[in-house]
Amino acid sequence: MVHAFLIHTLRAPNAEDTGFCRVLYSCIFGAEKSAEDVRPHGAERDRLLRKEQILAVARQVESMCQLQQLASGRPPSDLQAQTSDEPVSLHEAPRGVFGLAAGDPFQEPRTVVWLGVLSLGFALVLDAHDNLLLAESTLRLLARLILDHLRLLAPGSSLLLRADHVEGILSRFLPHGQLLFLNDQFIQALEKEFSASWPR
Amino acid sequence: MFSAGAESLLHQAREIQDEELQRFCSRVSKLLQEDLGPATVDALQRLFLIVSATKYARRLEKTCVDLLQATLSLSTCSEQVQVLCAAILREMSPFSALTLSCDHMQNPHQLSLVASVLLAQGDRREEVRSVNQRIFAILESRQPEGPSLRPLLPVLSRVVGLAPGTLQEDQASLLSKRLVDWLRYARVQQGTSHSGGFFSTPRARQSGPITEVDGAVASDFFTVLSMGQHFTEDQWLNVQAFSMLQTWLLLSSPEGPGTADAEDRSELEGSTLSVLSAASAGRQLLPQERLRKVAFEYCQRLIEQSNRRALRKGDSDLQKACLVEAVRVLDTVCRQDPSFLYRSLSCLKALYGQLGTDAGSERALLPLAQFFLNHGAAAAVDSDAIYQHLFTRLPSERFYSTTLAFEVTRFCRDNLPLFDPHLLGLLKLSFPNLFKFLAWNSPPLTAELVALLPALVDAGTAVEMLHSLLDLPCLTAALDLQLRSSQMPSERPLWDTSLKIPGCLEAFRDLQFQPLFQHLLRTKASGSTERLVPLYQLLQPMASCARVVQCAQAVPTLLEAFFSAATQVADKALTNQLALLVLERSDVLYQVPQYKARVLRVLSSWFLALCKQKPSLVLELARELLELVGSMSNIQSRAEMFTCVVWAIGEYLSVTCDRRCTVELINKFFEALEALLFEVTQSRPSANLPRCPPQVVTVLMTTLTKLASRSQDLIPRVSLFLSKMRTLGQSPATSSVYSEEDVEAIRTRATELRNLLRMPSVAQFVLSPSAEESQCMAGPDMICSSHSFTGRGYP
Repeated sequence: MVHAFLIHTLRAPNAEDTGFCRVLYSCIFGAEKSAEDVRPHGAERDRLLRKEQILAVARQVESMCQLQQLASGRPPSDLQAQTSDEPVSLHEAPRGVFGLAAGDPFQEPRTVVWLGVLSLGFALVLDAHDNLLLAESTLRLLARLILDHLRLLAPGSSLLLRADHVEGILSRFLPHGQLLFLNDQFIQALEKEFSASWPR
Repeated sequence: MFSAGAESLLHQAREIQDEELQRFCSRVSKLLQEDLGPATVDALQRLFLIVSATKYARRLEKTCVDLLQATLSLSTCSEQVQVLCAAILREMSPFSALTLSCDHMQNPHQLSLVASVLLAQGDRREEVRSVNQRIFAILESRQPEGPSLRPLLPVLSRVVGLAPGTLQEDQASLLSKRLVDWLRYARVQQGTSHSGGFFSTPRARQSGPITEVDGAVASDFFTVLSMGQHFTEDQWLNVQAFSMLQTWLLLSSPEGPGTADAEDRSELEGSTLSVLSAASAGRQLLPQERLRKVAFEYCQRLIEQSNRRALRKGDSDLQKACLVEAVRVLDTVCRQDPSFLYRSLSCLKALYGQLGTDAGSERALLPLAQFFLNHGAAAAVDSDAIYQHLFTRLPSERFYSTTLAFEVTRFCRDNLPLFDPHLLGLLKLSFPNLFKFLAWNSPPLTAELVALLPALVDAGTAVEMLHSLLDLPCLTAALDLQLRSSQMPSERPLWDTSLKIPGCLEAFRDLQFQPLFQHLLRTKASGSTERLVPLYQLLQPMASCARVVQCAQAVPTLLEAFFSAATQVADKALTNQLALLVLERSDVLYQVPQYKARVLRVLSSWFLALCKQKPSLVLELARELLELVGSMSNIQSRAEMFTCVVWAIGEYLSVTCDRRCTVELINKFFEALEALLFEVTQSRPSANLPRCPPQVVTVLMTTLTKLASRSQDLIPRVSLFLSKMRTLGQSPATSSVYSEEDVEAIRTRATELRNLLRMPSVAQFVLSPSAEESQCMAGPDMICSSHSFTGRGYP
């Protein structure tokens, strides 16, 4: 099952080093049992740890994506915003997978599947023995849905104040981190359902 | 897309002060009490951003938090508002002021939302158990026309994943029974479109049958690969049930995953195979057994359905994912109940034969290999073909697929304990092929291969492997050329199209260099080594391209892993061979920027480690070492290695390290080093006086002193030489080469060594390595610390 889903900024490789990698949205599906920590601020420490774990993943994804862009010689303009109405072809988008050893940063060893679209990175943090093929196609689906429904291709739009849309999409297509075997028609049906309950 | 506006918004959210936040909370509280319309949504969206934007906990006003929790349970507000409240609470979690509970909840949708908050608390107050209890309460009391159970299964799956022991036996049985119903008995008619809401009477419209992915009418029961325009509740549950099947099977089994010893299991399986499973047909199956039976049938059906030609690309992708999952589930079912083995094997062998060639279908190879690994022994299946495919064909044909590379390396890593000697041998021989995965995809694959490398290292192939590791960047370039030469023009190029290298391509196709390229691109260890020097020249234009550079950056890490493993299996002969190789290759490398420097650092330190492990190495390699220290050019081209070698000579060329050490040999080395030192420091100034690092000078001096202390006739010579060092830096030539500090340090060192030599017996004692002392010697970096009183920071 999926442990976490996150969306973060992706800077082009070799860009002047302006700013940081920012996590724009993250969702951890059900936390592991906390250590026997009865100190007064154990809960806050837990939360801090989770946030930092997610940021660590985001940074690694950004670095992997940048290295891949450099290696494949894709022009950095690939990552800039498009103004056309054409749907972004996600099958050609940079994507990859890498492993996280136990303790670095999660307690359990995990696997990260990522996808880069325009200047956004999407990533799924999986348990070590998940169905990678399904995870990859789920990630592509989530990215497509989020880009479409939030119209992120239009200039000036942002996802920061519309996290509820992302939540709505996740609750249908990746509920509680469960990867679903959805064929095209199930996806269409779910999309219709979502559009109906969510004003744009 | 991440515009300045967004950055500033994020900044504001993080910087908002406590006071202002509390005011905002009051506003939110007010809105939550009065109106749940667009203004509330807007406010909640802002509140979510504020809470989630920072990693430090935000303290929200108590009323606000209480209202958020209350709104979650309200059935009258829109899903959007509920979702926002849940999201905010979840983002704040874990926090101790949470009063939310799922007790008495009847609505699965609401339970799902509340559970997302409860399960984020880290199980501090047994939230997992209470969610679990509620789920089963709803399941048990299921009304036929009640609200949809769809939201329930994912939560259940999550709960089971978080705390497998939470379910009681009767609950587990109930779930298994329900899963059987949903998996096997979903209707095969399409649903009707419910335009009037769930409870309205369905229109009297002819709903057609469910179809397969290729459009044909469904030939058997409903599965995730069944198509329709509208779906019914039980069909939805079918999808979710299959999605969680593998997890449930693994976690609900009493033995747990993979506990049985491989040998015991295959014995058990072997004996069960000969017993027909019909023996159990007579009695009633337990829920768990029924579930396995249904799971088996479902997977068989999926495998059949995956053979059909899908009309839509998305469905074609799903078929591949289903195939992978079906094989995984069959593997689990057979592990838990060997009576399914016979039928599974015949089905899967057929599947292997039918695997297509389009991209993605080879992914099923891995679960297949896993299945045969787990069960093949019992059925005496010759699964060699599949492993050959995995280790030989796949890496050479699809090295560019990062996910495949990752999966294959992981497969090898995870299953090492299960590999029999034959398979292990095959794996070890396939290292050149496995290296291709790394050469092309170095950033994600480095850690994986470092973990796998120790298992690949074998005394028989170690030398060849070291050559391969040092030539990895060259391999990257060759793979690039291979792709350029072989790919069809219509396909999207997998290589860097901005890099134009016609010369290299020509060389790749040139018959003259075929043998070398073929050796580089070989799929199995050949037992021989080829000197690839001509290729380094030819491929020079590619040496700074990004992919090659990335690979080069990974090599030092791999070398460390290699040597750590190799030194443990190396006998005396191999140690010598490796040391020689290190010396030889330290100057023979593909010239990628900074590659040589990094590699030399690792090789030097490991050369010393080899010497330390086997002190007689210096003596046995005396001829080669003499050659190395005989030439000035070696100082310039590989200073670090040179320094280590000289230091090693000083350390280990003595009778205490090897009884065969003779005075003649010591003298021979002495003369060679003395000549070198003379050339470097005293020779006539010329424009070509090479820049010799000061460390080289000091290590030469120290080593000469050490040798002299063992062959005491040499002492006067050394002392004389050392005293001449006082004039170092006074000639215009040397003063331009060395800085003031360097000169000063060299002089001081020379003086110290001379003083030491005035007491020959003390010198001998101090400058010879005893077992104890060599532990604390840090090597040539701290050459001065060969004894305590000359301990200075200067190397």
